[in-house]
Amino acid sequence: MDRHITAPFNKEVAAQLKAGDYVYITGTIYTARDAAHKRMSEALQKQEQLPINMENNVIYYMGPSPAREGRPIGSAGPTTASRMDKYAPSLLDLGLSGMIGKGKRSQEVKDAIVRNGAVYFAAVGGAGALLSKSILSSEVIAYDDLGTEAIRRLEVKDFPVIVVIDKDGNNLYETAIKEYAKE
Amino acid sequence: MRTIQVTDITEQIKEMCIEANHFLTDDMKEALVNAQDTEEAMLGKQILQQLQENLRIAGEDMIPICQDTGMAVIFMEIGQDVHFEGGSLEDAINEGVRRGYVDGYLRKSVVKDPLIRENTKDNTPAIIHYEIVPGDQVRITVAPKGFGSENMSRVFMLKPADGIEGVKQAILTAVKDAGPNACPPMVVGVGIGGTFEKCALMAKKALTRPVNQHSDIPYVREMEEELLEKMNATGIGPGGLGGTTTALAVNINTYPTHIAGLPVAVNICCHVNRHSVRVL
Repeated sequence: MDRHITAPFNKEVAAQLKAGDYVYITGTIYTARDAAHKRMSEALQKQEQLPINMENNVIYYMGPSPAREGRPIGSAGPTTASRMDKYAPSLLDLGLSGMIGKGKRSQEVKDAIVRNGAVYFAAVGGAGALLSKSILSSEVIAYDDLGTEAIRRLEVKDFPVIVVIDKDGNNLYETAIKEYAKE
Repeated sequence: MRTIQVTDITEQIKEMCIEANHFLTDDMKEALVNAQDTEEAMLGKQILQQLQENLRIAGEDMIPICQDTGMAVIFMEIGQDVHFEGGSLEDAINEGVRRGYVDGYLRKSVVKDPLIRENTKDNTPAIIHYEIVPGDQVRITVAPKGFGSENMSRVFMLKPADGIEGVKQAILTAVKDAGPNACPPMVVGVGIGGTFEKCALMAKKALTRPVNQHSDIPYVREMEEELLEKMNATGIGPGGLGGTTTALAVNINTYPTHIAGLPVAVNICCHVNRHSVRVL
């Protein structure tokens, strides 16, 4: 079913989202991909504070293309989530509510989603021009030296995503494929 | 002998990097339109419709089709009667990539060293493949390659006894393993034969063949058709979220090989199968 939610959101909201739901997110989300995750992981190991508070927040695995003058952002579609699998469980355990990416997740990430009552969304891969239209503003808030891989705070309006893994561990990638397999 | 100034190459490459990242070729656009008609899943149809809308916005507003504007893969087919003047051809090509990615608001996705991983900030160097051919023309293909799908590509060193069934199985395995990670619907480039590196290069080049054009070799054409059907029966579908459009085309290139070997490379590309071709 179609749902409209506001980010950040708490675990009660996450609990209502079911694999297969089409969700429009409005509010504040943060970008981080490979290099930012590596750096956050190193910060955690050194017991330093992270540049963003994970509690109830959503991370979008995305590194945009540069914005043309007068625009908030360039092309802005999801990157493959599995590269963040090594780092995601510790962030989920710190209270992260949602992740937006594309592609499969590891068993460790699925377990951490269930354990923490979080949710994994997919955005449509390769639709970066279209998705950029749902981003109202973008501001680098940490790791500026990483360029496209810096952590950005995004204000989004009706940003379209699909629930792939819900807090009960249902996985749309597995169920939907079976539905259309003809072998 | 024909003389070409390398500065001309720089200018062409710059324009081609920008063009390829904002506009798909007509055969790709047509394949996506057709897929929307034939897709059986509701969500799949919706995603394919969004991909059309994405292409429209990319072209009208000059926003790259995908934020991963790729590593610039460049095929240079150089006529043997051509002489380049004005400096290093390789430097000229990389200067074209630099200008295209910096001036064209394209993402800089290249790191200087695979392990130290410091961004070069201008998307250079390009991956350049040179081929010397008869004549006095230069055919340039710029094919920016995104890594969501590149990461799902495979090389299989099969045994001759594995035969055609083993080859088909390997290709289907690569596609099934890629699943949602490679941003389906995919275009699947395949190289069969040659050596370890030759088959990989053939697979990459196969991605630049129009998706509505089959191999001239009858049995290869049959394989292309059969594999496409089988890929679309996996259920993976658009975005990997279920459906009957997992791939738009399977393009296979072949080459003679060794009596002891059967190399197979599968280079997977997402639905943003980009390339720009110009002949000088």
